[in-house]
Amino acid sequence: MEAFTTHTGRAVPLRRSNVDTDQIIPAHWLKKITRDGFEDGLFEAWRKDPEFITNRPERAGATVLVAGPDFGTGSSREHAVWALQNFGFKTVISSRFADIFRGNSLKNGLLTVVLPQEAVDRLLDLTEADPTAEITVDLVDRQVRAEGVVAEFELDDNARWRLLEGLDDISLTLQNEGDIAAYESVRPTFKPRTIQA
Amino acid sequence: MGRTLAEKVWDDHVVRRAEGEPDLLFIDLHLLHEVTSPQAFEGLRQAGRKVRRVDLTIATEDHNTPTIDIDKPIADPVSRAQLETLRANCAEFGVRLHSLGDVEQGVVHVVGPQLGLTQPGTTVVCGDSHTSTHGAFGALAFGIGTSQVEHVLATQTLPLARPKTMAITVTGALAEGVTAKDLILAIIAKIGTGGGQGYILEYRGEAIENLSMEARMTICNMSIEAGARAGMIAPDQTTFDYLEGRDHAPTGEDWDAAVAYWKTLRTDDDAVFDAEVVIDGTVLAPFVTWGTNPGQGAPLSGHVPDPASYEDASERFAAEKALEYMGLTAGQPLRDIKVDTVFVGSCTNGRIEDLRAVAGIVEGRKVADGVRMLVVPGSVRVALQAVEEGLDKVFKEAGAEWRHAGCSMCLGMNPDQLAPGERSASTSNRNFEGRQGKGGRTHLVSPQVAAATAVLGHLASPADLSDAPATAGV
Ligand code: SF4
Repeated sequence: MEAFTTHTGRAVPLRRSNVDTDQIIPAHWLKKITRDGFEDGLFEAWRKDPEFITNRPERAGATVLVAGPDFGTGSSREHAVWALQNFGFKTVISSRFADIFRGNSLKNGLLTVVLPQEAVDRLLDLTEADPTAEITVDLVDRQVRAEGVVAEFELDDNARWRLLEGLDDISLTLQNEGDIAAYESVRPTFKPRTIQA
Repeated sequence: MGRTLAEKVWDDHVVRRAEGEPDLLFIDLHLLHEVTSPQAFEGLRQAGRKVRRVDLTIATEDHNTPTIDIDKPIADPVSRAQLETLRANCAEFGVRLHSLGDVEQGVVHVVGPQLGLTQPGTTVVCGDSHTSTHGAFGALAFGIGTSQVEHVLATQTLPLARPKTMAITVTGALAEGVTAKDLILAIIAKIGTGGGQGYILEYRGEAIENLSMEARMTICNMSIEAGARAGMIAPDQTTFDYLEGRDHAPTGEDWDAAVAYWKTLRTDDDAVFDAEVVIDGTVLAPFVTWGTNPGQGAPLSGHVPDPASYEDASERFAAEKALEYMGLTAGQPLRDIKVDTVFVGSCTNGRIEDLRAVAGIVEGRKVADGVRMLVVPGSVRVALQAVEEGLDKVFKEAGAEWRHAGCSMCLGMNPDQLAPGERSASTSNRNFEGRQGKGGRTHLVSPQVAAATAVLGHLASPADLSDAPATAGV
């Protein structure tokens, strides 16, 4: 996983609430068996409209998505995170994220930043008015900065450390192999098995 | 201090707990399907890892599978490639797989419980958000992303921060004709699509205790639509009776030991939930959605709401967008909404009780002119049971299409889709824009409402069928 320390970029303001994963990446894209190549599927239905925000020339190359509350609701598809990353987003800012989406994003190094709605509104106002305005998301200081906006955000120390270091969860867990084996050795016999091992 | 059901199950699965780190939880059952697993297997392969516990892992094909002509090659080459990838991965890593054509094939959340693999007090995960379904057994069950699928395959554990707990108490008994689907839609409308975020919900109270296992699954299934991590119901005699004798249920001494343990899985009287919601079950009525998220619903007897009536600006905007997408006008009676398609199926309402309820209503009646009705059993076992009971004939005589098991029009990854502008009454769980096909419009309903709607051609409940025979219920 790519490490995330601090990132500065232009924004796409997406003033919609409840942007669900079917909007982020429609189901027919889920047939792919790779983690890349999802960029054209991102917001596919909305992008049919030439005026949709990501189609505007002044938004080309923007890397920060600022969205309304409850971003990423719906299915558990990690493809939603890959699509955002494949498209070029490094970070998403919202006042509320769906849990599974948030977990998926942090596992892939897409930083999801939770800010109070009032701070999100100011970022939306700023970047709607000025497409060249840049937003800095600083994970070291847990701070979002933009013209006239300085907002702190929370992220638990463990998740932050893994993002800063770009650490892979599986290797970390396998360091605790002894604990897993010890747990397995005392599991009750009545627990279900799919096949006889 | 006492503990909640969720806390008990959680604590019993902690492999490692350390200050400042998420708990490392052991996973008892890992369910796989074709859509969210290919990248996980690829990750294992690249890292040279094995599946740690193939005996706790099982796969089925559901999302992409066609529901007609299943003996022919799958027409869509991309769908076919995904199924072939699952088959190759399961063969390579030694994972038990139920492929299209197999008697145990079906929607992953229908298959686990019917095999008896979903048991009280277990942890169940799957790369699918509706894994919350399994919470109906008092299991801690949640959907995970593909990175986590890979993590569970490699380690049989997951590092997780413990969510908060919320009690949803439904008091009193549900009125006749009010189903589990109506109840969960009403709960979501009340707490909102984000209302459960960060929580494990525990459904309790008289109305919940009275529900059958299948109805409990319908409730827990849609926990995710309220944003919750999981939904649970304490196991009781109904649960034990459902499990006893199933393929993977414990037997003999193991059964006794299991039941003794399962009986401890109740929230202690002095346990404290982080949040509590109380719903009066006696006042509920058939409930349908009018919008494009499952929280945008209202009693069937009501009207399409006026967006201007919302105080919150983003909710108002969402309602405006929804009405525009759905082609509805504020104030329109919900019963006046005409549909082109009725879909009965999915992991929410694709089990045998659902099919029986629908058959009871359409029996001796006809699907309205211009309406297409699809009945898609949740699994092959459900289909066989329905055939044994003659339900397939009832559906066909009424003019409905009786299909093969799978997810089908729940998400339209296979050819079963709505055309742009088409409108459905659907027993599934999501009414998102384009969910059932690009431009398609979805109203979420109970099986009973779906059946009455099919007959009348507009949103309706069985009570609207003037000549309702006794078997139809209300
Ligand atoms: S039936 Fe629908 S909700 Fe259930 S697993 Fe299949 S696609 Fe998902």
